[in-house]
Amino acid sequence: MQESNDILHEVTNNEYKYGFVTNVDTEVIRKGLDEEIVRIISAKKDEPEWLLEFRLKAFRYWQTLDMPTWAHLDIPPINYQDISYYAAPRKKEGPKSLDEVDPELLKTFDKLGIPLEEQKILSGMAVDAVIDSVSVKTTFKETLAEKGIIFCSFSEAVQHHPDLVQKYLGSVVSYRDNFFAALNSAVFSDGSFVYIPKGTQCPMELSTYFRINAANTGQFERTLIVADDESYVSYLEGCTAPMRDENQLHAAIVEIVAMERAEVKYSTVQNWYPGDKEGKGGIYNFVTKRGICKGESSKISWTQVETGSAITWKYPSCILAGDNSVGEFYSVAVTNNYQQADTGTKMIHIGKNTKSTIVSKGISAGHSQNSYRGLVKVVANAENARNHSQCDSLLLSSTCGAHTFPYVDIHNDTAIVEHEATTSKISEEQLFYCNQRGISTEEAVGLIVNGYAREVMNKLPMEFAVEAQKLLTISLEGSVG
Amino acid sequence: MLEIKNLHASINGKEILKGINLTVNAGEIHAIMGPNGSGKSTLSSVLVGNPAFEVTEGEVTFNGKNLLELSPEERSCEGLFLSFQYPVEIPGVSMVNFMRAALNEHRKYNNLPPVSASDFLKLMREKRAIVELDNKLASRSVNEGFSGGEKKRNEIFQMAMLEPKLAILDETDSGLDIDALRVVANGVNKLRTPENAAIVITHYQRLLDYIKPDVVHVLYKGKIVKTAGPELVLELEEKGYDWIKKEMGDE
Repeated sequence: MQESNDILHEVTNNEYKYGFVTNVDTEVIRKGLDEEIVRIISAKKDEPEWLLEFRLKAFRYWQTLDMPTWAHLDIPPINYQDISYYAAPRKKEGPKSLDEVDPELLKTFDKLGIPLEEQKILSGMAVDAVIDSVSVKTTFKETLAEKGIIFCSFSEAVQHHPDLVQKYLGSVVSYRDNFFAALNSAVFSDGSFVYIPKGTQCPMELSTYFRINAANTGQFERTLIVADDESYVSYLEGCTAPMRDENQLHAAIVEIVAMERAEVKYSTVQNWYPGDKEGKGGIYNFVTKRGICKGESSKISWTQVETGSAITWKYPSCILAGDNSVGEFYSVAVTNNYQQADTGTKMIHIGKNTKSTIVSKGISAGHSQNSYRGLVKVVANAENARNHSQCDSLLLSSTCGAHTFPYVDIHNDTAIVEHEATTSKISEEQLFYCNQRGISTEEAVGLIVNGYAREVMNKLPMEFAVEAQKLLTISLEGSVG
Repeated sequence: MLEIKNLHASINGKEILKGINLTVNAGEIHAIMGPNGSGKSTLSSVLVGNPAFEVTEGEVTFNGKNLLELSPEERSCEGLFLSFQYPVEIPGVSMVNFMRAALNEHRKYNNLPPVSASDFLKLMREKRAIVELDNKLASRSVNEGFSGGEKKRNEIFQMAMLEPKLAILDETDSGLDIDALRVVANGVNKLRTPENAAIVITHYQRLLDYIKPDVVHVLYKGKIVKTAGPELVLELEEKGYDWIKKEMGDE
């Protein structure tokens, strides 16, 4: 168990290990949000007219909206005019190949455990690395292209695959969806674009690593994944940010389209800076993620391990439009200190014989608040819909809160919808039992928490599972005492 | 091996142990008997460092070390084991992961490398045979859904895995039927060596029909009031605890 010894070491010595700042020359546009800013962002990316129009429509709509207040979150006022909406590491002067990346940035990603040199990558994983508002490198692009798979930054997709982007952008999450979706649609910067052609099984895990580096900026990335008929892809997303006393805003959109018999597995390990022990600083994470099972017998599976961010507002959802389609949501959300999370899913059953599974495991410690919010909707024509939801809460302190807000909205009598919920607390007796067998309290908490979350952790790809397990333990450092 | 001198301990300000003196040598089995509420379980809890109890006076040395200065997990790694009267359930944590974590902590304490997966599984197989614990039980969560007898067998299985120098069996016989009692007792007897020792805490004599003690103590009102050989068990069986109470001037 060398691994668990390392965890113990990290638990006792470590706070947030990704909290460093990379010193690169960064171009940051002026603070504020107005039509000119939207135009500046679009111009920086050399976008076609239709995309600028899309942004402007979204911006104008956003101006008519107020921030939503229905979540079980205490959100301090956000001054949207005091944020810079575009920041990018400046390219160094001199003749360089297109693919060359600033060594400082390579070092940054190395430090984060994401080597960007293809020869350094051991396992079959392709990475798109996004820092602030731009993608700095996408690995294995060429290898994947041989199979017809497109994996590139969103900006590049706009240039090279405008038809695909125009066809699917906003088709799952409309800019009118909600306040943060409108904001993102107006100012989104980079993200990843994935297209898997018909009948293709993507031979490696695709992954995007998001890094906020610049101060006083927000990150507004956009990811679009299209899996054509009978294709398969597993996609991973990771994220970190420097430790700062000021809060930073992150408002992303992820859209997934699964055609006939296609399967998309989307995994997230969210580790944005959560703020310090007193609740100072940290990322505000307002994310709209949604997939549509468009084709018959298609499947979309969300797995998320949420340990970071000061505030999380996030509901990865599935629209089960195709007959016999399947939606899954597996979540572990950890809150410690003064973190707040309101997260869950929506499963919208539209096609016939659709099936959804929801497994949510909340872990709360310190003074944190952790809410599950979920909707299972079955429309009138959705014959034989089936849902099973399981929402468990584990409490580690007497000062934290765990809440469950499950909604069901059923319009068809043939639906079978089940909901199970449990709440438990790690007891002194359990910890002492472990102590008596030689296991320290910190390690015992790690064992119990990882055991509790196992059902979800098992859904993660191997390389991520080990990292995520460590992360769970670290996030709960000092939470029992 | 274990030397307890004038040990006083209390819970929530109430004194339960009022000056315990006890010496256990390697190779010995001591039985501690006594009526309910005499402080038997408190003694075992205090020895393993349960934070609910406060030691107010006295000394305990274990293999030359001041036991009271060690944390519960250090005491475990030094070779002290408690078979709990009421083993707690830990949902989600498999016996395999739990035992591997425990065993590796012990090995780390003794500067040994972690056990390999294959050696560990071999060890599990070997040791669970001692208490006739089946494979399914070993892959389930710690004590979760175990019957009373299975929980007690699981305690002895863990004892077999960790090979303690001193094992304290706290009312291991309570709630066991005669077959389970025999299995548990056989397990304990198989683990007996000239180098280790055990303290068997029990209210009844029946466990001591299977695990033969070398020394028998009677604990009453927080003190050891009688110490003798195995014949004391029979005497207690005949006369009951009232005899002790009378001798102590009560009733």
